[in-house]
Amino acid sequence: MIANSFEYSSPATLAEALGLIADGAKPLSGGMSLIPMMKLRLASPEHLVDLARLPELNYIREEHGELHIGAAATHHDVENAPLTRGKCPLLAETAAHIGDIQVRNRGTIGGSVAHADPAADYPAALQALEAKIVLRSASGERTVSTADFFIDTFTTALEPGEIVVEVIVPVEPGLTGTSYQKCLQPASGFAIVGVAARVRRDGDNFGPVQIGITGLTGTSYRATAVENALTGKPATEETIRAAAAHAADGVDANSDLHASAEYRASLAVSYTARAIRSALSRSA
Amino acid sequence: MNRTINVSVNGKRHTHEVEPRLLLIHYLREVIGLTGTHMGCETSLCGACTVEVDGKAVKSCTMFAVQADGTEVLTVEGLAAPDGKLHPIQEAFWNEHALQCGFCTPGMIMVSKQILERNPDPTDAEIREGLDGNLCRCTGYQHIVNAVRTAAKAGV
Ligand SMILES: Cc1cc2nc3c(=O)[nH]c(=O)nc-3n(C[C@H](O)[C@H](O)[C@H](O)COP(=O)(O)OP(=O)(O)OC[C@H]3O[C@@H](n4cnc5c(N)ncnc54)[C@H](O)[C@@H]3O)c2cc1C
Ligand code: FES
Ligand code: FES
Repeated sequence: MIANSFEYSSPATLAEALGLIADGAKPLSGGMSLIPMMKLRLASPEHLVDLARLPELNYIREEHGELHIGAAATHHDVENAPLTRGKCPLLAETAAHIGDIQVRNRGTIGGSVAHADPAADYPAALQALEAKIVLRSASGERTVSTADFFIDTFTTALEPGEIVVEVIVPVEPGLTGTSYQKCLQPASGFAIVGVAARVRRDGDNFGPVQIGITGLTGTSYRATAVENALTGKPATEETIRAAAAHAADGVDANSDLHASAEYRASLAVSYTARAIRSALSRSA
Repeated sequence: MNRTINVSVNGKRHTHEVEPRLLLIHYLREVIGLTGTHMGCETSLCGACTVEVDGKAVKSCTMFAVQADGTEVLTVEGLAAPDGKLHPIQEAFWNEHALQCGFCTPGMIMVSKQILERNPDPTDAEIREGLDGNLCRCTGYQHIVNAVRTAAKAGV
């Protein structure tokens, strides 16, 4: 399996990279999605610009109560950096569920969100975290919410010439419990369904809750019906079951060789209940 | 357009002009002539092609040689000491019968090295989780897990 011929550039600065991308070159980050597609000739870009080597995109830092994660941060970095582990454990936990050691060593958060695979793991966490995604082109920068960024299968708010430069997530308040629960397809490791939950308590009741779901349909989403059925209700198993039952409400579930639409929707309900239970047990 | 790359492989510097589409595994096997790294699935799933690039285990069938420009690559051939003394992980694979046909072994050994570097005393569950990206069609994995545990005890 040999890719079509292409030109390869590894510019030293982001400005240079954006210039090449404005002229039609395609970004290459970890290559964990793009290279397999090029080998199958499902993608045949004429010019690749390597973003993975740009120090300007490779960082994880804290600023004003938020974590800024450069697009070239690998899944391994996000899984292991003391900042993400300590201050946004949901994102670190989610990164640990991606693929295998070798994939996490090369794959990047920028590449994963830009690729927008409907079975990718990060989107569930980013939805629950209400993350912001920073996009830049040669002509400027803009910030979009996760909800606005993911549009459909392999489709995002990225315009031609634009790249993802950064993902911004909140520093998790100490009392919030979080959890990512994934039913994985054992051969590929991708999510059949993945559910990220953030839970605050309000006395004996559920306080604010955020739930993000991936794998079920064309793109990740916030399960607001579940969230609304939890907040203000007693933090009991009964509430959890009743709320989780809404996980797939109004969603057109995917059907494939691994899981029928009906089974996927039922998995979404079960994994939502697991994620809430687990997040609740970690909340204070 | 061809590009000139400089790569250190098992401590030896190489400079070659390559096509950007040349995969790292083809560079290692066909240009440099190191055939210890195996091409199994060619589709990023089996891990037989695992090598280290700047200390990180990667699947060399899913990386272009140009992406390794300026890096230090370590393949299974680079593990044993110059006098031929096996690396403790190789020794453990031998002693624990962690291979049958041996096709997966170079990748298994390279990923085991990464597992133990990051976690010198892993549980069996952590070893299995670490081997997630590597397939073996012969052993049933138990002897591979035993070998990694033995190598950990030997203090890799
Ligand atoms: C064996 C295997 C198992 C995997 N398992 C999982 C899994 O369980 N869960 C999961 O979520 N993922 C999984 N993946 C996918 C993996 O997470 C990829 O790393 C990720 O999807 C893409 O990131 P990348 O950095 O490799 O991007 P690349 O492959 O380099 O790029 C992907 C796409 O995004 C574009 N792009 C790259 N960077 C940017 C940027 N900064 N801005 C705009 N566009 C950009 C590229 O042009 C390309 O179209 C797996 C991959 C493999 C090979
Ligand atoms: S040959 Fe590279 S993963 Fe199978
Ligand atoms: S020993 Fe034959 S594939 Fe592993």
